[in-house]
Amino acid sequence: MQMSKRTVQFKIYRYDPDKDDKPTMQDISVELDPTDKKLLDALVKLKAKDDSLSFRRSCREGVCGSDAVNINGVNALACLTDVDSLSQPIVLRPLPGLPVIRDLIVDMTQFFKQYHSIKPYLINDEPPPERERLQSPEEREELNGLYECILCACCSTACPSFWWNPDKFVGPSGLLNAYRFIADTRDQATNERLDDLEDPYRLFRCHTIMNCVAVCPKSLNPTRAINKIKDMMVVRAI
Amino acid sequence: MNVAKRTFDAVIVGAGGAGLRAALQLSEAGLRTAVLSKVFPTRSHTVAAQGGVAASLGNTTEDHWHWHMYDTVKGSDWLGDQDAIEFMCKKANEVVIELEHYGMPFDRTDNGKIYQRPFGGHSMNYGKSPVMRSCAAADRTGHAMLHALYQRNVRAHTQFFVEWMALDLIRDAEGNVLGVTALELETGEVSIFHSRATVFATGGSGRIFYSSTNAFTNTGDGLGMAARAGLPLEDMEFWQFHPTGVAGAGVLITEGVRGEGGILRNAGGERFMERYAPNLKDLASRDVVSRSMVTEINEGRGCGHDKDYVLLDITHLSPEIIMKRLPGIREISIRFAGVDPIKAPIPVVPTCHYQMGGIPTNFKGQVVHPRHGNPGTPVHGFYAAGECACASVHGANRLGTNSLLDLLVFGKSAGESVVADFKAGDLDLKPLPDDAADRSLARLARLESQKKDGNAVHDVRLAMQRTMQKHAGVFRFKDLLKEGVTAILEVAESAKSTYINDKSKVWNTARQDALELDNMIEVAKATMISAEARKESRGAHVRDDAPDTPEHPNGRDDQNWLKHTLWFSADNHLEYKPVHLKPLSDDVEPIALAKRTY
Repeated sequence: MQMSKRTVQFKIYRYDPDKDDKPTMQDISVELDPTDKKLLDALVKLKAKDDSLSFRRSCREGVCGSDAVNINGVNALACLTDVDSLSQPIVLRPLPGLPVIRDLIVDMTQFFKQYHSIKPYLINDEPPPERERLQSPEEREELNGLYECILCACCSTACPSFWWNPDKFVGPSGLLNAYRFIADTRDQATNERLDDLEDPYRLFRCHTIMNCVAVCPKSLNPTRAINKIKDMMVVRAI
Repeated sequence: MNVAKRTFDAVIVGAGGAGLRAALQLSEAGLRTAVLSKVFPTRSHTVAAQGGVAASLGNTTEDHWHWHMYDTVKGSDWLGDQDAIEFMCKKANEVVIELEHYGMPFDRTDNGKIYQRPFGGHSMNYGKSPVMRSCAAADRTGHAMLHALYQRNVRAHTQFFVEWMALDLIRDAEGNVLGVTALELETGEVSIFHSRATVFATGGSGRIFYSSTNAFTNTGDGLGMAARAGLPLEDMEFWQFHPTGVAGAGVLITEGVRGEGGILRNAGGERFMERYAPNLKDLASRDVVSRSMVTEINEGRGCGHDKDYVLLDITHLSPEIIMKRLPGIREISIRFAGVDPIKAPIPVVPTCHYQMGGIPTNFKGQVVHPRHGNPGTPVHGFYAAGECACASVHGANRLGTNSLLDLLVFGKSAGESVVADFKAGDLDLKPLPDDAADRSLARLARLESQKKDGNAVHDVRLAMQRTMQKHAGVFRFKDLLKEGVTAILEVAESAKSTYINDKSKVWNTARQDALELDNMIEVAKATMISAEARKESRGAHVRDDAPDTPEHPNGRDDQNWLKHTLWFSADNHLEYKPVHLKPLSDDVEPIALAKRTY
């Protein structure tokens, strides 16, 4: 589709703790070139106009996970969102549920704390073989839909359970990653991993609201991973 | 300004593949190590690598490191150092297997081994036919690798300083490296990281060009810091234009697409690579394919309304193979080209992708500079690895999948060198000079006090990018290069008075953009001046006044130009140093000079 020059209206959450007492919503518009297709292209143009607008971005192709923001009420990556698909004014806010540092930049400490808490690394204490550990294509396929997580936090910050208990509930992203290691035939710590999650908060705060599935920019399904973990706990208990 | 000081055994700048691999070595050896990164580690640009990492595992087809070495030397158009190339190709299996043991989710063959696919310029039997050497995790190899390396570092309790931007390299009067200054983005505070060893793993600077596959963060920070501190940059005229960036968007489409059977076609539907590279065709080396594409476009055989791109066709592959082996490419193609490659070919153009040159190092990852007649003299306390470094394994043109291999092998060897030098007692903590932070503070103060009539960062950056694109692109022209030198020096002058409106202490991305621009300007000058000076065609550097002749096949002039360029920021002065034509060991004969054909 050939797009033309057009002016796009925005309402953007602005807060600079260095000078502002409280956040405000800024009305601002920008003229886009035909080549400006994604929301991130528009943000870059806006920043050329007002260099104080602050946001994270890096790869601009949906693999680094930097530019997750709340767009018209929905968490998504700015670099993968077609600007012309959005109703105007386009309302941009930082990801909900995390402390705001400045403008669209949130403090992700709590999110990463939960990720780190699931021991996100392969545990296998046997001396490694000289060559690769073998894994059949079918066993490897179990990791599809799990290992692709880009840690953008769209899912966890769309989850009401994570909003209420970000310190206790691992959240959809962390749990998806936990299952990524549980599902890996090379990992030997399944029992310890399940023990760690068998807790009223860490896992069981998930009430299958499924916001995580709706917003994941990589089309991953944390709810399915969470259910598989729950199933394994049931099987283990019998 | 108050400058806090932190002291470590080692400071690593950059947490992409090379930085994380080096960090593992240091953390596991128990050195007090700080890893600085301006983005959370898994946001580093390694994450965007797609097609695979080279290793002669021979899981599907027979393979040997000798063949890999031959391909790499030939791919480099003989500008690569054969000792470093031997070292890398020999080490490939070891570092890839290690990664598998760390948990990297490689795809698998039916017998459970790491899946390997063919890739451009990689061959069996010294150029005879394509080989399956690229170890892949679908088309998300970089993502899988970066996450596996980060995860292993979590296990190793590596200490990260996330969202800290290094500003300048600290050297004392003798030239020893003593660490870096760095800015914490959240607070705007500057600190000194004083260390026995400093490892740069800051990645590339592909953002100096207008059209680039690179992330916004690839701004050549390590190169800028090294250049400002008086160290040379090597072979900066050599830039890789990846054949298949999405037309208009620049987003990368992996060469693995052609490895899986993809074909490049012109407006007439012709598989034109058959004319340019009868043997390896679409899997010829990247510089060759990019030039062939531009020639097709220049001669009027491009596609679309403006005849300005060609097509990458995989419609003949089964949807199952595309979904299994190239799922990310399908996603990118739909999102950025508006095309489902199962049904229609993808519009592509050559796009700036990789910096072959960088901070000069040896195969141990030690940074080297010319001293007392020896161009290979190590700089005390300074190491570098990955795209920011020039070992030099890629010479005048890098083979696909050798970049991920480079960062693993040399990330590890730089880490090993630090540990060995530390244990040998060679890395004493030298006293900081009083002016350690002065350069950085002066840069910040200049930005702070710049009058409003200064130049917008955005405008200067755009001028630089357009200048580089016009004057130092896929094909180079004598006159354009000459004008390009004048033009880029003018842009560099205007970068001295950039103005930012935002004066906040907190997460000031305008300030960050301005500081990054300083680094890119160093890289842009190095590129243009080195390119103008090299009066031959070699690898990715092809000039109109150095054509293919019987005397100089492909325009290459070994008699005068078989040498590495060293550019120094002070006075834009150039020196040259010999290429290492001798391998590291007696296990292999030197790869003799020959004309490059595919």
